[in-house]
Order: sequence, then structure tokens, then C-alpha cells
Amino acid sequence: MITLSHYLALGALLFCLSVVGIFLNRKNVIILLMCIELMLLSVNINFVAFSHFLDDGAGQIFVFFILTVAAAEAAIGLAILVVLFRNRQTINVVDLDALKG
Amino acid sequence: MTFELFIFYAFATITVVAATSVITARNPVHAAMFLVLTFFTSAGIWLLLEAEFLAITLVLVYVGAVMVLFLFVVMMLDVNVEPLREGFVKYLPVGLLVGVVMFAEMVFLITQRYFKADQYPVPERATADQLSNTETLGRLLYDDYLFQFEIAAIILLVAIVAAIALTMRRRPDTKYQSPSRQVEVTKEDRLRVVQMPAEKRS
Amino acid sequence: MKLFYTLIPLAPLLAAIVTGFFGRRIGRVNSHRVTIAGVAFSLALSVIAFFHVVIGNAPTFNENIYTWLVSGNIRFEIGFMVDNLTVMMLLVVNFVSLMVHIYTIGYMHDDDGYQRFFCYISLFTFSMLMLVMSNNFLQLFFGWEAVGTVSYLLIGFYYKKETAIFANMKAFLVNRVGDFGFVLGIAGIVMYTNSLAYTDAFAAAPGLVGATMNIVGSAEWDVLTVLCILLFIGAMGKSAQAPLHVWLPDSMEGPTPISALIHAATMVTAGIFMVSRMSPIFELSETALSFILIIGAFTAFFMGLIGMVQNDIKRVVAYSTLSQLGYMTVALGVSAYSAAMFHLMTHAFFKALLFLAAGSVIIAMHHEQDIRKMGGLRKKMPITYWTSLIGSLALIGFPLFSGFYSKDIIIEAVHASTIPGAHIAYWAVVGGVFVTAFYSFRLFFLVFHGKPRMDEHTLEHAVESPKVVTIPLILLAIPSLLIGFFTVTAVVFGDYFKDVIYVASEHDVLAKVGEAYHGPIAFVSHAFHGPAVYLALAGVLTAFVFYILAPSIPAFLDSKLGFLRRILDNKYGFDDFNQAVFARGSVGLGRQLWQKGDMALIDGALVNGTAKGVGLLAGASRLVQSGMLFHYAFAMILGLLAMLTWFLLY
Repeated sequence: MITLSHYLALGALLFCLSVVGIFLNRKNVIILLMCIELMLLSVNINFVAFSHFLDDGAGQIFVFFILTVAAAEAAIGLAILVVLFRNRQTINVVDLDALKG
Repeated sequence: MTFELFIFYAFATITVVAATSVITARNPVHAAMFLVLTFFTSAGIWLLLEAEFLAITLVLVYVGAVMVLFLFVVMMLDVNVEPLREGFVKYLPVGLLVGVVMFAEMVFLITQRYFKADQYPVPERATADQLSNTETLGRLLYDDYLFQFEIAAIILLVAIVAAIALTMRRRPDTKYQSPSRQVEVTKEDRLRVVQMPAEKRS
Repeated sequence: MKLFYTLIPLAPLLAAIVTGFFGRRIGRVNSHRVTIAGVAFSLALSVIAFFHVVIGNAPTFNENIYTWLVSGNIRFEIGFMVDNLTVMMLLVVNFVSLMVHIYTIGYMHDDDGYQRFFCYISLFTFSMLMLVMSNNFLQLFFGWEAVGTVSYLLIGFYYKKETAIFANMKAFLVNRVGDFGFVLGIAGIVMYTNSLAYTDAFAAAPGLVGATMNIVGSAEWDVLTVLCILLFIGAMGKSAQAPLHVWLPDSMEGPTPISALIHAATMVTAGIFMVSRMSPIFELSETALSFILIIGAFTAFFMGLIGMVQNDIKRVVAYSTLSQLGYMTVALGVSAYSAAMFHLMTHAFFKALLFLAAGSVIIAMHHEQDIRKMGGLRKKMPITYWTSLIGSLALIGFPLFSGFYSKDIIIEAVHASTIPGAHIAYWAVVGGVFVTAFYSFRLFFLVFHGKPRMDEHTLEHAVESPKVVTIPLILLAIPSLLIGFFTVTAVVFGDYFKDVIYVASEHDVLAKVGEAYHGPIAFVSHAFHGPAVYLALAGVLTAFVFYILAPSIPAFLDSKLGFLRRILDNKYGFDDFNQAVFARGSVGLGRQLWQKGDMALIDGALVNGTAKGVGLLAGASRLVQSGMLFHYAFAMILGLLAMLTWFLLY
């Protein structure tokens, strides 16, 4: 039997992997963005699982919206990245410290 | 081990391995491709959860649009990858530790504390004569969550406008009018009064 | 009638305003003409008022002429209450003021501030008249403060002289201490009787008997006692009772005319007047009356002792004033209000006379004031001599003179009183008779008799003063001589103060004294049964012996009883105590508040400190803003971990 816990554990695993990914790839902005997509994916799995086990469609509606927002965010994030690259010729996060206090 | 369970474990394993490859890949293009694989197998898991519409949407929207966009950008930017990977090995132990601790805590909470099996029984499979997932979603979306739907549309509009506004470049030799500059003009910019003494009639 | 009474204080006020603002323009002669006209007019109206109220037996006039503001049910008004007590004060104040105005023409003849002086004394007359004619506590307080202010202006009249400035500040500040108690007393009256008018307060007072209030901790204090003592503290400041007496001797820095007007006859009697006016309230608290009695007795005796060793002619008379004010206070304490007012009246005349005579001597001696350098002026200044003699005899209580009646009645009244402290007070006032006689005639003999001790030049130039100086002396000598004899029966034992001063029957000592009283002439023979007359005679004889017959005796006593002499010279240490404790204490407190409170605490710690603190905090916080993305991401991850751990544990 696949219980709820299985799905939730899978979501948790993906989430932790994305966190480790952020931690390890701190310098590469593109990989960072991909890790964020992974995080969103893990959350989506959780939502769908709950929606199935609680028999409530609202979970899936929410996933719908999360997909929308994730798409928008990816678009804008990449646009920023492109402009950054145009100006700085690098995507090394270490060089992007103009906001240093 | 039912077939369902086997399918689940298979897909789950592929997902996890692909995700791990995303974060450890040297080449960003490879990382992007592995991410695509992750999405595909997640869609499969969603099918197991009877969310067919969402599964297909995931593939269409996410993989078809967002990941393609990622690949465009990755391949367009000529990035020197090597310096980006330094520190990878140095931080690996701490990173693994953080990840493992987090995962352990989460699993403990999920299985032992909060979402025990007896409180969340496995529901029955839907039959073919009930509403399909698509229809259910459609009803909910347009009946109960219409307002949120409209807002989502606006968010997408804003994203388009923002992306364009950020990245658009102008050609230096195009001619165009700037109404704000036209309105800013003052008398001194257009007119010069010159004093000339009156000349006698000779 | 309202207009009539309004004109009484208004005339001197207008004269003061004209002289004050236009004095330079109208010149000296016109200044004194305007002010004298003002006071003379006021005196004439007072005489008419006297005939109307006393002889014509008119009812008490108690009306308000202007409502200033109304707050809740308390009304702040200007109004007049004219009854027998008011009329007596009006006559005394206006008459003495007029005499002083005329005298000033001669005394301040050579002074630059001529017009200013006249303006001030007219202003003072206005203030005092407002005080005595008031029918509510607010106007009383206004008059109280106004006379204090004008006194300050006049004591410091020679404002370029440092001792004068010190003296006027001292007078004002000591008065302030008294006024503080006075204001608290008035506030208490308002609190308990809900009104500022006299009539309301008097009507409500019997209802407050036995009421208690809780001031500090859990001790219950009797309301009426507290109120009376607070009001009396105001009187202590104004009428210079110990320990708030320290300003009066120093106030002799002012010109002599004002010493006569303010510090003998009028301002210092305001306190006595106030207590008499408030007799319905004071009668209800025996504790307060005992308090008044003890303070008065102390002042009467011990201030006289200091007067015995003073060498400045004006200081002797100043300490004499202190002592006589003590007598009046004692009379108040034993509930003999009529006797106190009577003594107030007679004292006003003979003390003003003595001061003005002293001024006359000072003019003749070219502003030399040390009596050790005088002597033998009898032949040179006859009018001054005879008027001084009359004044001194009145002061010591020589039979038939006005002072005799007033002082002896007080002594008899104290003897007949039974309230706590009366016994000690009796010995104090009796002893004071000897002391008074001694210092008065010491002064008299040293100034007018004996061999001249001044240099030849001054002796030649010592002549009788001009008529503007001597005529007031004569005019003041007449009542000093006669007024006692003719008015004692009516005022003290008669109906003069019938509805004005209220005396509870158990305190009514004057009734007891009145039983043995059979008229002014019989009183003279009655006096020979008591110790007073003999003590006075003994004092005169002692002074005669010490200063005329055997002048070496005082020096001998000095060498033997030097330490007593030093205590008296030091004025019992009151001044030293005030300087060391209050003056230096206040300056020290101010310095501490400035340096520690203001500069260190408020400027340093609070104002600059917070700015510096913000700066430090910001400096520390900015290290977190590294600008590097993964630092921020890492922080987020750590936060997430912490939250998970929280869920785990709880």
C-alpha cells in the first residue's frame, strides 16, 4: 500500500536535495534557479498527494497556480540573468555584490 | 509488493537520481536535461495520484516552456563553468550534513508524528463513469476560484511586461518621438532673441 | 457706593501710572504733586467711609465689581468688603502713606530717582489698599504679592549698591517661602469650601471641625489646623516672624521713608490683618492658635534682645519692629484680635514716627547711620528730639501714651489666657517690656544726649531738617500720643469689631480683661498693680545708667559676657544657617542638575547616546549584508532547519 507518507517522504527528499544543491552550487546562478524549480516540484508533489488522500480538489487548483507563478518567476529570473550577463559578462554570484552593506 | 508500489518505487528512484544529477552535473546543459527527466517522472507519479490533467500540464508547461527557456539561456550565455565549481568539494561535507539532518527530521515528522496512515486512509480508485480529473478541475476553477484565476492571468501579464522591459535593447539609429521630451521644451530652447540697433535711413 | 470704594485704591494707582510713565516729562514737582494728590484724595474718601461705616453704622459692604473668570463653581472676582476692620486699616494706611509722601519731598530731594520713588510708593499704597479691601482670597493674594513686589523694588531702590540688591533678593525669596505656605492654605480653603470668597469660607468653616485629611503616610491631620497653620506661614513671611524674619533687618538698605511706610506700618502688618480677618476660621483650631502664640512670643522676646546690641540707628528700630510684631502675633494667638489690631494701629503711628525721626537724624548727619558716632543732637534738632521722645515713650508703654494701652492690654490678655503655651508667652512678653525700654532709650540717649561723638564738621552742619520733614513728624506724634487714650474703650472692649471679628467664648480673654477695665484713666492706676510699668521704668533707668552716667559698664559687660554678645551679634545664627544650608544647597543642587542631570544624562546618554547606539547597531548589522547571494540563501536554509527542529521538539 502506498500511504500518504510515501509521497510526502518523496517530496521531502526532493526538497532536501534542492537545498543541498543550493548549498553546493552557490556560485552558479543557473543551477540555483534550477534548484528552485526542484523545490517547487517537491511542494507540488505534496499538494497533489494531499489532494488525493483528502479528496479535496483545492490542492490541485493550488498546484495549478503554483505552476503559473513558477513559470512567471522563471521567465523573469532568466531575463534578469540575461541582462546581468550582458552587463557583467559573468554569472558568478561572488561578483554580484554591489548591494554589500 | 503490488504493481502499484513497484511503479511508485521505480519512478521515485528515477526522480531522485535525476535530481541528484541536476545538482552535481558539471555541464549546465546536462543539468537542464536531467531536470527535464525529473519532471517527466514526477508527472508519472502524479498519474498514480489520479491527477491526470496536472500531469500532462506539468509536461506541457514546465518541460515544454520553462525548461526550453532554461536551455535557451544556458546555451546562449557563454559561461566559463570551471571557476563556478570551485568550492564544490570543500563544502560537500557540510552540505551533505545539512541535507541529511533536514531529511531525517522531515521523515521523522512525517511518518511518526503527523501524517500517520490510520488518519489518512487510501481512497478508492475512481471509476470511469465518475467525473474525470479535467472536468473536476474545470468546475472548481471556474466556479469557486474564478477570482484567483483572474489574478493568475494578471501575474502572467506582468511577467511578460517585466521580462520585455528588462531585456529590450534599442537600436541607436531608430527615429522615434518622445512626448515627454517634447512637453519639457522651453522658450529658450527654440527661440533666440537678438538685439539689433535701428539703422538710419541713408 | 461701588464707585466710591473703587476710587479709594484707584486714585493712588492712577497717580503711580502717571508718575511711572511720564515722570521724566512732567518733572519732579509735578510728580510729587500728582502722587500726593492721589493719596490725599484716597485719605479723604477713607475718612468719609469711616463716618459712613462706623459713625453712621452702615451694614458691611460686600460686593464684587468685576468677575475675572468662572471655573466650575469657583469664581475669580475683584470685590470689596468694607466694614469696621477695613476702615481702620484704610485710615492707617492712607494717613501714614500721606505722611511718608510729604516726608519724601525732603528726604529724596537730591536723588536722581525722585519720580521713580514716588511712583513706587503710590503703587504700594494701591497694593495695600487692594489687600485690605478685598473680599476674597484671590484678591488678598494679589495684594499680598503686589506689596511684596513693590517692597522688592523699593528695598533695591539704590540698585547699584550690592548690599541693596542682596537685601531685596533676600526679602523677596523669604517672602516667597511664606507665600508658598499661603498659597497652599488658599488651595486648601478652595478644596474644602469650594469657593474663594470670605463669606463662603467663614460659613463653611464650622462644618469642617473634626474633619481630617491624610497628607503623608497614614497620619490623619486635622483639616482646620493644617489650613490655619498654612495661612499663618504666609503671615510669618509677610509679618517677619521667626524663622522668616531674616529679611526685615536687611530691608533697611532701602531709603528711610519706605522703612517707615512698608516695614513698620503697613506691609508687615498685612499678616496680622489677615489673621484677624480670618478669625472665624482660626478660632476653630486651638492647635493653630498655640502655634501662633509660641512663634509670636519667641519673636517678641528674642528679637528685642538683638536690638539691644545694634549700632545702626535703623537696625535698632527694625528689630524693635520685629519685636512689636511679635507682640501683635502673641495677641492673635490668645484670640485677642481686637487688641492685636489696636496695637497694629498705635504701632503704625509711633513706629513710622520713629523711623522718620531716624531719617531726619540721618539727613542731618549727612547719611551717617552709626549711633556710636552721634550724640548731643538735642539742642541742634529740637522738633526731631521731642517727636522722638514722644515716639519712644509710646513704644515702651509709658502710661497715657497710645502704646501703653495697646501693649498692656496684650500683656493682660496673655495672662488671662489658658491655651497651651500661654504661660511661657506671658513671661516672654513681660520680659520684652524691659528689653524694649532698654533698647529704645539706649538709642535715644546715644543719639540725642551726652557729649557729641562726631567730628567738628558734621556737628556744625547738623541742623533741624526742613519743614517737609518735620511736619509729618509732628502729625504722626499727635496720634502716637492721643489715639490710645481716646479709642481704646471702643475698639478693644467695645462693639467696634462686633460682627467682624469672631471669638469663641472659651478663648475670649478680652472679655475677662474687660471685666477689670473701668476706662482709660482707671487703667493707668490698674497698671501699677502689674509688673509692666515697673519693668519699663527699670529699662529706662538701666539705659540711663549704662549710657549717660557710667559708659564704661557696657564695655565691661562685653568683656565678661563676650559669648552672649557674640550670639546676639550673630543674630542667633539664622542668617548663617540660611546661607550655608539653603543658599549653598540650592546652588549645589543646581550645579548637580546641570552637570550630571543635564549634560551627562540628558545630553550625553539620552540624546547623543541614542544616536551613538543606533550607529553602533547599524555598524554591526551591516556586516550581515555581504551582498553575496549564497550567504542569504544559506541564512534561509538555516532558518528552515531551525523551524523544523522546533516542530520536532514541540
